[in-house]
Amino acid sequence: MENRQTHVIATIVEHKPGVLYKVSNMFRRRGFNIESISVGPTDQEGLARMTITINGDERLVEQVIKQLSKLIEVVKVSELEPSSTVAREMALVKVHTPNAKNRSDVINYVNIFRGHAVDVSPESIMVEVTGSPDKIDAFIDLMKTFGIKEVARTGVTALSRGVKSVRID
Amino acid sequence: MTKMSGAQALLEALKRQNVEVIFGIPGGAVIPIYDALLDSGIRYILSRHEQCAAHAADGYARASGRPGVCMATSGPGATNLVTGIANAYMDSSPIVAITGQVPRPFIGKDAFQEADIVGITTPITKENFQAGKASEIPKIVNTAFYIATTGRPGPVLIDVPKDVQTEVDEMDFSNRIELRGYKPNYDPHPVQVKKAVEALTHAERPIILAGGGVILSKASSELLALAELLQASVATSLMGKGCVPENHPLSVGMVGMHGTKAANKLMLEADVILAVGLRFSDRTACKLEEFGSWAKIIHIDIDSAEIGKNVGAYIPIVADARLCIDAIYKTLVQQLKERKSSPWADRVQEIKKQSQEETNSNEGSLKPRQLMMELRKVLPDETIVTTEVGQNQMWAALYFQAYKPRTFISSGGLGTMGFGFPAAIGAKVACPDKPVVDIAGDGSFIMTEQELACSVVEEIPVTVIVLNNSVLGMVAQWQRLFYKRRYSAVHLGGVPDFVKLAEAYGAQGFHVESVSEFSEAVRKAIKSEVTTVIDVPISPEENVFPMVPVGGGLKDMFWE
Repeated sequence: MENRQTHVIATIVEHKPGVLYKVSNMFRRRGFNIESISVGPTDQEGLARMTITINGDERLVEQVIKQLSKLIEVVKVSELEPSSTVAREMALVKVHTPNAKNRSDVINYVNIFRGHAVDVSPESIMVEVTGSPDKIDAFIDLMKTFGIKEVARTGVTALSRGVKSVRID
Repeated sequence: MTKMSGAQALLEALKRQNVEVIFGIPGGAVIPIYDALLDSGIRYILSRHEQCAAHAADGYARASGRPGVCMATSGPGATNLVTGIANAYMDSSPIVAITGQVPRPFIGKDAFQEADIVGITTPITKENFQAGKASEIPKIVNTAFYIATTGRPGPVLIDVPKDVQTEVDEMDFSNRIELRGYKPNYDPHPVQVKKAVEALTHAERPIILAGGGVILSKASSELLALAELLQASVATSLMGKGCVPENHPLSVGMVGMHGTKAANKLMLEADVILAVGLRFSDRTACKLEEFGSWAKIIHIDIDSAEIGKNVGAYIPIVADARLCIDAIYKTLVQQLKERKSSPWADRVQEIKKQSQEETNSNEGSLKPRQLMMELRKVLPDETIVTTEVGQNQMWAALYFQAYKPRTFISSGGLGTMGFGFPAAIGAKVACPDKPVVDIAGDGSFIMTEQELACSVVEEIPVTVIVLNNSVLGMVAQWQRLFYKRRYSAVHLGGVPDFVKLAEAYGAQGFHVESVSEFSEAVRKAIKSEVTTVIDVPISPEENVFPMVPVGGGLKDMFWE
C-alpha cells in the first residue's frame, strides 16, 4: 500500500456495554488493523471517547471513518490532523535493577525522559513515562539494555490543539 | 402507563408497529411470548425450520415493503436464524428477528440452549439489542423498527431473556426514539446534484445502472422519466431487476458476471454511468479496479460507506435514490434539449437486436431460456417470482422479464440456496391476491422443501417450478468450464421424486415433458390456489451464458 502512515481517529461513542465489541468487530470483519485503541468516559454523561490509531493510506482511512460512522452507537468520528494534535501515551515499565548502580543509571534516564519512578524493590524499579509513542519506544529500547521485566502501555490518546474539538453539542 | 408482562409488552409494541404476522417456531425460551401471542390478534405462521422463518419474513418484506418479523427460541433456534439474517443484511431487507434467551441469572453460564446471539449476529445485523428488563421492551421495539426501516434498511435482532418475558412492570409505549449516532441523510447535496446534471448534460453515451435501492426508495417512475429524458438505457443489478419494466425499449436487463450481452456491451461503451442505489458487488462490477475506468461514474447511494468502497466515483452523492433522481430530473429537464433520437439511442437498439438474434438460436425442447420466456407469457403481470440460487436464478434473471418493482425476489448478496421457497411463502402472506412462483433448481429446493408442510397446513399456496437437472448445476458448470469436466460432489442421484414428495405433504405435483405440458401445469397451479410442485427435467449439460470468468472484467464476457 502506498503512503502508509499512522492516523489518529477520535471517536465519540455511546457509553454502554457491547460498544467496544461492535467497534472492534467491525475492524476485524472489514480487515482493518488497529494499531492501538484507548477508551475512557468523557465529561458528557453517557458518552465515551475512543482514540484509535491505524496504519494505512487515505482511502483506507476514509473507509474506516465511514464504517465507524455507520455503527449506530458511534456518535461522532473525526481524524485528528497530526500537525495540530497533541498525542500522548503512558507506559509503566518494570526494569531489572539488581544493584544500586543499575538503579541510579535507570533513574538518570528516567529524569531525562521526564518520567517518574513509582515503585522500587530490591530487584526492580517501576517507571511511569508519558509522551508521544516515539518517545515511549525510545525509552523502552533504552531500558532493554538493563532488562525489562514487564511493560504496560495505554495506547495513544489525543486531542486537537486550540478551539477545534471532537465533541457532541 | 400500563402494567403487563414483558411478553405482553413485546406484542403490544409489535401491534403498534402494525405487525400482522410473525414467522417462527416456539421453544423453551419463547413460550411466554407464544402464550401472549394467542391473545394479541397477531397471526403466527409455524415454519418448519428457523432459517425459513427468517427467509419468509424477508420475502414478506421484499414483496410488501413493510418490515417482516420472525421469531425463534434461544440457542439452536437463534443460530438457525443466522443464515436468514445474513441474507437480509446483504440485500438490505428490513426484518426484525426476535429471539428468546436463557433467564438473566443463567446468561454466561453455558446454560441449556444458551447461545450468544447478540455476539453472533453483530456483523450481520444493522443493530441488535438484548432487553435488560421488561420495561425496556417498548422502547427497544420502536427503535428496532425505526432502524430496520429507515436509511439503508436492514435486519435488527431483539434478544429477550425468558425471565424478562415474564417480568411484570409498568410499560410506557409513548417513548421517543433517541439515537445520537443514527441520522440517515435523505436529501442530496445541491452542489453534487449540479455536478451530476452537468456531467449528464454533456454525456454522449449515458447509461443508468440501477440497484435494489431504486426499489427500496420507490424511485421507479422517477428513474424511468430520467432515462427517457436522457434516452439512456437502463441496466440493473440482480437486486434492481424489476425497477423498470424489462419490456421497455430502454431496458437492457442485468449487468455483470451473468449479465445480458446488451447490458454488458453497452456498459463498456458508455461515457457516463449513473449508478443508483447499488454497491458495485463483485458479481455486478466483476473486476472492481477496472469497472467504469472508461467512463465517469455518478454514484448515488444512501449509505455513505458504499461510496468508494468497491468502485471509485467521479461524482458521489449520498442520498435517497428517489429524491436524488427527482432533483437531477427537475434541473436537467430545463436544460436538456429533447432527445428523440441520437446515435447512442440507435446503438442501444442495434445492440439489443443483435443479442436478441444471437440468443434466439439453438432452440430445443425444455431449454431453460424457452421455459422462462414461456413462463412470462403464462403468468399474470403482477405475479411475484422468487428464485433459488445458482443456474435457475441466473436463467430467471436473464430470461424472465420482470415488469414491476417487488415482483422479482432473489437472494443477491449472500446467494443462499433454499431462499426462494420460504421467501415465496412470505411473499404470498404479504400479497395473498397475487400468484407467487418460486423458480427453483432441484439442489436448492431440497434445502428447504420441508416448508411444503408450512405452505399446505397454513394454506399459503405457492408454486415451485423445479428445473431438475439432478446436479448442483452452477458448480457443475464451473467444473465443466474451468476444471476439465472433473465433476466433484455435484451429482444428486435423481432423487427425490418431486411429484411424490409434494403429494406426501398434501400438495399437488406435476411432472412435465414438454413446453405445452409445462405451461398447462403452471396455469393449473395458479388457478388451483393449491401448493404445487412442477418437476421440469432439463439437461445437466446446460450452461448459463453469457459469463464473465472469475477475475475477468466485463470485456472478457463469453457466451459459448
